[in-house]
Amino acid sequence: MGSLFRSEEVCLAQLFLQSASAYSCISELGERGLLEFRDLNPKVSPFQRRFVGEVRRCEEMEKTFSFLQQELRAAGRVPRPCAESPRAPVAREALRVQEQSEQLAQELREVTRNRASLRGNLRDLRQYLHVLREGQRFTSLPAPLGSPPRPRALSEREPILDPSLHQHLERKINFVAGVIHPWRVTAFERLLWRACRGYLVASFVEMPEPMEDLATGESITWVIFLISYWGEQIGQKIRKISDCFHCQVYLYPESESSRTDTIAKLHGQIQELSVTLEETEKYLAEVLDRVALVLPTWRVQVQKMKAIYLILNQCSFDVTEKCLIAEVWCPVQDLTQVQDALRQGSYQSGSSVECFVQRVPTSESPPTLIRTNKFTAGFQNIVDAYGVASYQEVNPAPYAIITFPFIFAIMFGDVGHGLLMFLFALWMVLYEDSPRLRQGTNEIWLTFFEGRYLILLMGAFSIYTGFIYNECFSKATTIFPSAWSVATMANHSSWSSAYLATHPSLTLDPNVTGVFRGPYPFGIDPIWSLATNHLNFLNSFKMKMSVVLGIVHMGFGVVLSIFNHVHFKQRHRLVLEFLPEMIFLLALFGYLVFLIFYKWIKFSAADSMVAPSILIHFIDMFLFTSNAENLPLYPGQVPVQMVLVVLALASVPVLLLGTPLYQWCRQRAPRMPLATGEQEPLLEGQEARNSVNATTEDVESGGHSPDAKHLDFAEVFMHQAIHTIEYCLGCVSNTASYLRLWALSLAHAQLSEVLWSMVMRNGFVGLNYVGGVVLVPVFAAFAVLTVAILLVMEGLSAFLHALRLHWVEFQNKFYVGAGYKLCPFAFTPDTWE
Amino acid sequence: FALPLVLFSAFWGLVGIAAPWFVPKGPNRGVIITMLVTTAVCCYLFWLIAILAQANPLFGPQLKNETIWYVRFLWE
Repeated sequence: MGSLFRSEEVCLAQLFLQSASAYSCISELGERGLLEFRDLNPKVSPFQRRFVGEVRRCEEMEKTFSFLQQELRAAGRVPRPCAESPRAPVAREALRVQEQSEQLAQELREVTRNRASLRGNLRDLRQYLHVLREGQRFTSLPAPLGSPPRPRALSEREPILDPSLHQHLERKINFVAGVIHPWRVTAFERLLWRACRGYLVASFVEMPEPMEDLATGESITWVIFLISYWGEQIGQKIRKISDCFHCQVYLYPESESSRTDTIAKLHGQIQELSVTLEETEKYLAEVLDRVALVLPTWRVQVQKMKAIYLILNQCSFDVTEKCLIAEVWCPVQDLTQVQDALRQGSYQSGSSVECFVQRVPTSESPPTLIRTNKFTAGFQNIVDAYGVASYQEVNPAPYAIITFPFIFAIMFGDVGHGLLMFLFALWMVLYEDSPRLRQGTNEIWLTFFEGRYLILLMGAFSIYTGFIYNECFSKATTIFPSAWSVATMANHSSWSSAYLATHPSLTLDPNVTGVFRGPYPFGIDPIWSLATNHLNFLNSFKMKMSVVLGIVHMGFGVVLSIFNHVHFKQRHRLVLEFLPEMIFLLALFGYLVFLIFYKWIKFSAADSMVAPSILIHFIDMFLFTSNAENLPLYPGQVPVQMVLVVLALASVPVLLLGTPLYQWCRQRAPRMPLATGEQEPLLEGQEARNSVNATTEDVESGGHSPDAKHLDFAEVFMHQAIHTIEYCLGCVSNTASYLRLWALSLAHAQLSEVLWSMVMRNGFVGLNYVGGVVLVPVFAAFAVLTVAILLVMEGLSAFLHALRLHWVEFQNKFYVGAGYKLCPFAFTPDTWE
Repeated sequence: FALPLVLFSAFWGLVGIAAPWFVPKGPNRGVIITMLVTTAVCCYLFWLIAILAQANPLFGPQLKNETIWYVRFLWE
């Protein structure tokens, strides 16, 4: 059967590694992903471990890498993930990688710094240029021809302060020019006016193009101001005020010619600077290209290196300090592969002495390893979600492959909905290799995709149960002709049209010959979907079906425990636990199943008036009473039932006391060397550990075993009592719990019927062309509601309940689920955030 | 009643008992055999319950008069 039936054999092994070749051996093992390493230095803090220096080095390199990646991302480049995964680097290579990465980071930092300063300079120059240009407009306006200054309000275009007139005014005019943030203009103006009392003329104009504000990085249209003033004190005040307002002040040359000179010079400077900036940008792009080329490979390499050193930190050095010892959990099948890997590693590192692996006996419980392929992985996942199988316990997954979709389908049975689900899953399965499907980031989509085989089977079984329930989008199909003949009944009871008009509903009587012609060969008869009392029939059918299927499922669970008892060599449990459990289940609930089938076969419409109620018989069976009105199903029913109840009650104390007494007797027997496998490793396993971690516990455990066994007996007895109570009460409650199969299938059927009659039917009301057009939105509404409510909501609900039935009702008959998974040391593919 | 019983029992018996012998040897042989047997048991049991529940009905369907009028002439 392979390892899906139960966990593979996993053993504890010790690896002896030469210090020189340890690194390459672990690298080789990591590439293959076979072993789980155990931590041999649990009490050592991470800062005191042997290889902490190397780990720190790796982390520094990772910091450099993340800085490089940030720069790449700021420049808008998306780094490609590494195509093939490179191996972990040896020491020389690692050094080279470190040097190169640091060098690149340094270069990148310098270049970005240069670029930033160049940009700042350029900006300054351009602002100065604008200031001069705009300022020209005010100070170069020609004076109105020889007219004296008129007493006009000071406005922006006034040529009053033209320097050519200054000899008239006999004052020296100075200028302050600069750039100010547009929001501060009014405050600035007001303050200037208040402070300088009209001894200045201030003009403000917006810059023709917006420029970047170095502080915030946003583009703002700055305002250029030009203040003409006379007098030294005023000048100082103005300069102080501009300082306060964080204005950028530029030197404003006084004469026309010097201004034009400065403008020309500025043009030249800006040109040069732009050229330099271009060169810098090109160089930056080159550096970024180089980085993008090597960064992915480096990242993977350094990650692998760090992982290897973390593993090496978990090994312990032996006394001579030349050899590393590692303790691993290794599947027995893979031991030869491990030896091979070690040989390769030693060869690669060029050491002469070979490392080797040695198997070590242990009584600790090894981790569970169950190998799955892409089909079985989904089912194993839903079993593991409840609890990983204990080591070598029987695995419920191979049965769940079919029973889980089947139980789902019982609650979901509808051909139409099942077909939709099946097609959706089929699409996912056929296109499972397409990268677009695999690399989705939406978690919900990924969940559905992971379970595509599960959904496929669920849909397939739903189609089957849909046919049996005879429901296709809540409509019944007549594949075979119906077994109920209305015509015969009508003829027999002479139902004329007049009679029909006066009686709104009439019942077909199966006692009349010819009305019922034998059961419908495949599923539920389609006449029931037309009947007003169809729930009466369906409820009875579905409830009995749920109970029968539930008891069969639970019985199967109990039978699976045989495999556990036999494998763990606890044959006494076969007689003392399995047998009483089976007798209890069969005597009470197996008998119920028998009653159900018997009544179906034996009682027909002829004695429908006096047909006995199974439920009342069942209750009377437990209470040892009898009801005169409830006829027995078969002669001799009462004594048979009494025997069965007594048998079932008798099996309870056997279940309760059998195993503990048996174990007690075995211990009281003279102390024989017991085989180590005899005591249940599932219950407690604190015996000696034959591993490097073993300390003085070994010596002491032999001493206090008699006391331990006495204490153990109380614990065993308690455990068994709990198990008995859980089992017996569980049988009753779990049987009732299976009635959810009935409940959910009823809900689903009713919902789809409501959807049809309230939504879709309204589209068929208009029988003309207009009605045809109206049908389209009605169908759209029907389709959306079908998918949203019936497929998604009901599907999830049925999934959940099927899961619960498996996890609780089925698995608590045999499953312990207290194991832990084998997590082999392997290099996981890098995820590029 | 007898004919469907024989037919379906034979069919699921084929799936559950005969087909496992023909599964090709490979790593998944055990899983496939388990699947076949479980499917056969589940589906057969389900069908059996459905047909037995209807074999001897204790009461008949109650139909509306319109349905009777329509079905009477359509289905016969």
